[in-house]
Amino acid sequence: MWQRIKLEPSRFVLHFAVLLIVAIWTFPTAGLLVSSLRDKDLIATSGWWTALSTTDRSAQGRMAAADKQVNKDGKFEISGNIFDGTEVSGLVRAFGLKVQNPSEFAIDTTATFEDGKTLLVKSDGSYVYTSPVAFAGDRGQRLFYITSQPPKFTTENYSTVLFSEGIGRAFVNSLTVTIPATIIPILFAAFAAYALAWMKLPGRGFIIAVIVGLLVVPLQMSLIPLLKIYNASGFLSKTYLGIWLAHTGFGLPFAIYLLRSYIAGLPRDLIESAQVDGANDFKIFLRIVLPLCFPALASFAIFQFLWVWNDLLVAIVFLGSGEEQLVLTGKLNGLLGSRGGNWEILTASAFVTIIVPLTVFFALQRYFVRGLLAGSVKGG
Amino acid sequence: MTAQLFGALITVLIGVGGCIAYFYGSNTLLDRLLPVNESNDDKTIRNLKLQSSIRPWLFLAPALILLIVYLVYPVFQTIWLSFHDKAGDKFVGLNNYAWAFNDTQFQTSIFNNLLWLLVVPAACTAFGLIIAVLTDRIWWGQLAKSLIFLPLAISFVGASVIWKFVYDYRGQGQEQIGILNAVVEWFGGAPQVWISVPFWNNFLLMVILIWIQTGFATVILGAALRGVPEDTIEAATIDGAGPFKIFWRIMVPQIMTTIIVVWTTITVLVLKVFDIVLTMTNGQWDTQVLANLMFDWMFRGGGDSGRGAAIAIIIMLAVLPIMVWNIRQANAEQKGGH
Repeated sequence: MWQRIKLEPSRFVLHFAVLLIVAIWTFPTAGLLVSSLRDKDLIATSGWWTALSTTDRSAQGRMAAADKQVNKDGKFEISGNIFDGTEVSGLVRAFGLKVQNPSEFAIDTTATFEDGKTLLVKSDGSYVYTSPVAFAGDRGQRLFYITSQPPKFTTENYSTVLFSEGIGRAFVNSLTVTIPATIIPILFAAFAAYALAWMKLPGRGFIIAVIVGLLVVPLQMSLIPLLKIYNASGFLSKTYLGIWLAHTGFGLPFAIYLLRSYIAGLPRDLIESAQVDGANDFKIFLRIVLPLCFPALASFAIFQFLWVWNDLLVAIVFLGSGEEQLVLTGKLNGLLGSRGGNWEILTASAFVTIIVPLTVFFALQRYFVRGLLAGSVKGG
Repeated sequence: MTAQLFGALITVLIGVGGCIAYFYGSNTLLDRLLPVNESNDDKTIRNLKLQSSIRPWLFLAPALILLIVYLVYPVFQTIWLSFHDKAGDKFVGLNNYAWAFNDTQFQTSIFNNLLWLLVVPAACTAFGLIIAVLTDRIWWGQLAKSLIFLPLAISFVGASVIWKFVYDYRGQGQEQIGILNAVVEWFGGAPQVWISVPFWNNFLLMVILIWIQTGFATVILGAALRGVPEDTIEAATIDGAGPFKIFWRIMVPQIMTTIIVVWTTITVLVLKVFDIVLTMTNGQWDTQVLANLMFDWMFRGGGDSGRGAAIAIIIMLAVLPIMVWNIRQANAEQKGGH
């Protein structure tokens, strides 16, 4: 319908505007991904948007000392490679002997100095330094030069964070927290929702009203008393069981609310005819209701999965900050404090934490949107 | 690593298996204890009756117990704690609330929360509406929407890392690796430690939430826009209304309810914003907000449950009316929809 309203000359402007917005929105994430794949020295010295271009960098080194000289055809000669013993790499573009002018001479041409010395430097860093009289002194001549750094990508950052920074462990912990914390509330809520939708029990209306009322309770209201209970109980404090139950408790009002309205909307004949056939409610639930409410279960599952995976508050309150059980969000928060400047660690770690939700999101976008639409009533 | 993976797998299986075992076991037990046979004797009828009065509670029990332990009891306990001292032993009346309103940190938090409330929901809704309208009219709109929607799947902590990198500062003379400072330098400005610039740093934190939530607004408002009846637009076009007039006079009024739902949903989120502030500044440089302040008081110096609880109550009082409105709206929609 919109297509018919034409802002005529602005068709191009429209495409451009959307492109610009999309660019702004994706740029920060792109920066993270690109940086996580760059060499750590490059991340620290140049912007990630220059990752594909060759960057120039000035460096200095010392040529070999006089004791390495050889006498060739009456001339004294020192040769070697300027990169030896340094961490600099790349291709030499120019060189000089003065710090003020590291690009005085071009490579591959022999530079001649006033005292008759000559110097030839090649792009691979090898040099030949000659002199009509013997070199003296126990330190070699300083050489200043410009190298061009070709784009360099590496997966090293990922292996570092996964295996030596503890992100791999945190990843497994996150899965250990998230999977049960998604499945348990689904089970509990689905059974409860069925009971509240189709079974006869006293006080049904009251229970439903209380659950809807609990939707408005912010998570923050529960934290202090629960922390006290956990600390007193011992077996819940800082255990997986403790955090599964916490996430389940906080997710239940929304889950029951969502599933009950779905299950209550199933055709009455279906359930009544099964009852007439003598099936008990447990069988009806398993064989008929559960398969039918798959879409609602899927939306809630995705919603809850992302919620738990991305949660920081509940995790650091109930799971503490010990390496043993730290989840990804908590670990990343810790790294922001301890490795604040090490962007190669931070970007790679952050990408590891967001890869799972992104995959879930792209694979199941349809269900996710549905859950989101219903999610406006989630309090926790 | 393998040992850990194996351990995790076992833990997951025990957790999930335990729940399945409960439902299966309790229902089987009920069938065994109160057997029902084909003949309609008195015993069977009695057992059937008993079964159907017990079974709902088997279904409900785990959910009800968890709801009571994790939400109902804590709410009352938090209210009670907010009137008691830091260990929860001595009744102190309204002292915790009085403390809060005189505390400079708390005042800063309230001020910042108000700023967030003014800016974030408005910005998300406005951007969402604009993007929904624009992307509706181009062939690659769906892809554009997906990309804008994508940050919604990213955790607040992940988003904080992403944006901390954007705001990164290197000393003058060094090459800037944060895009914001690079752009500022490119325009001839001086690079800044953005995150510590008082007052304005709040907006830099808000940008993160806006970046995350605009996708949500876009998707929901986009769906609502597609629901606007075509004939109302056609009629307006025939009457010679331009696209802007159609947008403001025909479309916006018809999706007003959805706009308010989006607005209020983001408002509730803003009131509880915690992770972004914790990870970006931890409340330094005057960026404190209520939820982070409360977290602070839960643990600071061994914790002060009275003050923490008082802040929690204040957050709840702010969230409550909005949530009530939202739920009413959702219920009304359900009744109207079926």
